[in-house]
Amino acid sequence: MGVAGCAHGSAAPVDEVRWLFKNKGMPQGAIEIENLSKEYPYGFLNLKRRKSLEDLTMQVEDGEVFGFLGPNGAGKSTTIKLLMRLIFPTAGTARILGKSIDDVAMHASIGYLPEQPYFYDYLTAYEVLDYFARFHNLKANERAARVEAMLKKVGLDSAKKIQLRKYSKGMLQRVGLAQAILHEPKVVVLDEPMSGLDPLGRREVRDIIQELKREGRTVLFSTHVLSDAEMLCDRVGVIVGGKLRGIGAPGELVDMKAQGMEILFELSGAVPNLPLLTNATRTGDRYRVQLPEGELYAALDALKAAGARILSVAQIKPTLEEYFMHLVEADRAQPSAIEVSGK
Amino acid sequence: MRNVQTVAANTFREAVRDRVLYNLVFFALMMIGAAILVGQISIGIERDVIISLGLTAISVIGIFIAIFLGVALVSKEMDKRTLYALLAKPVKRWEFLLGKFAGLVMTLTVNTAAMAAGLYIALWSVTRAWQSSDIYILAAVYLILLKLALIVALALLFSCFTTPFLAILFTAGMYVAGLLAGDLRTVHGVELDPGTLQWMRGISYLLPNFENFNVMGAVVHERSVPVAFVWQATLYALLYTAIVLTGAAIVFSRRNLK
Repeated sequence: MGVAGCAHGSAAPVDEVRWLFKNKGMPQGAIEIENLSKEYPYGFLNLKRRKSLEDLTMQVEDGEVFGFLGPNGAGKSTTIKLLMRLIFPTAGTARILGKSIDDVAMHASIGYLPEQPYFYDYLTAYEVLDYFARFHNLKANERAARVEAMLKKVGLDSAKKIQLRKYSKGMLQRVGLAQAILHEPKVVVLDEPMSGLDPLGRREVRDIIQELKREGRTVLFSTHVLSDAEMLCDRVGVIVGGKLRGIGAPGELVDMKAQGMEILFELSGAVPNLPLLTNATRTGDRYRVQLPEGELYAALDALKAAGARILSVAQIKPTLEEYFMHLVEADRAQPSAIEVSGK
Repeated sequence: MRNVQTVAANTFREAVRDRVLYNLVFFALMMIGAAILVGQISIGIERDVIISLGLTAISVIGIFIAIFLGVALVSKEMDKRTLYALLAKPVKRWEFLLGKFAGLVMTLTVNTAAMAAGLYIALWSVTRAWQSSDIYILAAVYLILLKLALIVALALLFSCFTTPFLAILFTAGMYVAGLLAGDLRTVHGVELDPGTLQWMRGISYLLPNFENFNVMGAVVHERSVPVAFVWQATLYALLYTAIVLTGAAIVFSRRNLK
C-alpha cells in the first residue's frame, strides 16, 4: 500500500474501449490502434508462431500524455515499432493523425525515440542532429538554429563537437530525445525515455514531456517506472503478455477508496508502553504506524498523552504499482498465454 | 532524391571516418615496391608488369571493399539499430537503400580514382615516357568500377535477407560464378545431354558476367578498347545493378527489424 492522493473515478475496461472504437461518434484520436496483432515465427524451421501482441485496440487522444506500461517483454516496444513501421503487423491497423502508419509523408509529423538509442558513433551530436534534420526539408539556417536550440535544451551544448563514440548511455539518450523533437512534431513517441538517465536527467526528460504537453503535442511513452507514469500521464494503458489489460487515468485504474491511515510521529527519551507501537516501523526517533480509520483519533490521543510529536497523518490508498503488480501476477497465473500455435 | 543524397553523403563520411581509404597507403607502398623491383629484374616488360599488377590490385582491393562494406551497409545498421530513428522519419526504405548504395559507390569511385593515379605515377617512374595506349588504362579502371558497383548491389541484396556471414559467402560465390559464366555457355569436351547444356546456358545468362568488365589483357598488350564495348558493358552493368537493387528494395521494404 502507498500513500496517494488523486482524483476519484472508475476504471475503463478494455472491452468498453473496443466498443467505443466502433462507435462513429467517438472523436478522432492522435493515435488510433485497432485489433493490432504481431506474431513472430520461431523454432528451427520457423514453423511455430509466438504472439508478441494480441488484438490491441486503443486510442491516444489529441494533446494528451499517454503512458504505456508493462513489464519487460509485455509488448510495449512491439507496439511502438509497429506504429513506426519498423516491423509489420500480422493483423490489424493503426492510424496516426488520421492517416495510415504506412503513409511515409505523415511521419514528418512524428518524433520517435527508440529504446536504448544508438546513433552513428563517428558523428558528433551536432552532426547527427543536422543529419536527421535534413530529412525534414529545413533550410540550412533554420536547421542550424534548431540543432543549436535542441542541444541546449537537452544539455549537450558543451559536448556538441564530441563524437558519439565517447558519449555515455545517458548522453545518447539525450541525443535521441533531441532528434525526436527537433522538427517540432505533433505526435511524440518515446520508448523508455528515462532509461539510462541519472535522477537529474530523468527530471529534465520529465520537464521536456510536460513542456511538449503545454505546447499541445501528443506524447505516447512507454515505461516500466510507474512513478514516472503517475507523475506525467493523463492516461495510461497497461499491457501484460501482449494484451492490453487496463486503460484509463492513473487515478481511475486503482480503487481510490482509503484503505486505512498512517501516522508519522517522533518520540524522544524512554519508549512508553503503547500497544500501537508493536506494529510501528522505527527509524531513529521516528515511528510510522498504519491503522484502521476508526482507530485514528484514539491513537492520536494516546500518542499525545505519551509526549509524541505528530509529524503527519495521511490516508493509505492503493498505488498504480499495486494495480500493475496485480495484473502481472494474474497474467503469470495463466500458463502458455503467449504461445498460440505450433505445427 | 534529397533523402538519397543525404544518406549517400553520410555513408561516404562514414567510410572516410572509419579509415576505409587507408587501403590506399597499402596500394601506394605496393606500387612503389613493384616499381623498384621491376626496374631491377625485368627487361623490356616493365610496363606490362606494372599495368597488370596495378589493375589487379585495384580490382582485388575494390572487390574486398565492395563485398565486406557492401554487406555491412544494411546489416550493420540493423545490428546496431542505427536505422530505427531514420526509418521513423519521412524516408522510404528504398531511399535509404539507394542512398547506402550510392554512398559506397562514391567511396569506391574516390578509392579507385586515387589508385588509378598511383598506377599512372608508378608507370611513369618506370617507363619515363607515355604511350598513346596508356589512355586505355582509364577504360580498364572504369570497367572495374562498374564491376564493383554490381558487386555492391549483390552484397546489398543478400544482406537484406540473410546473415552477414552468409551474405559475404553468397556475394563472393556469385562473383566467382559470374567469372565462369562465359565458360558455361561454351562447354566443350564434356559429354552432356542437350537438356543439361540448355540449362547451363540459361543459368549462364542469369549470372552476372563479370568477364564483360575485364579488358586487362588488351590494355597490357597495348591493344585498343573499343568504345562500343565500353558502352555495352556500361548498359549491362546499369541494367543488372538496377534489377538487383529493385530486388533488394522489395525484400527490404517488408523486412521486420529486430
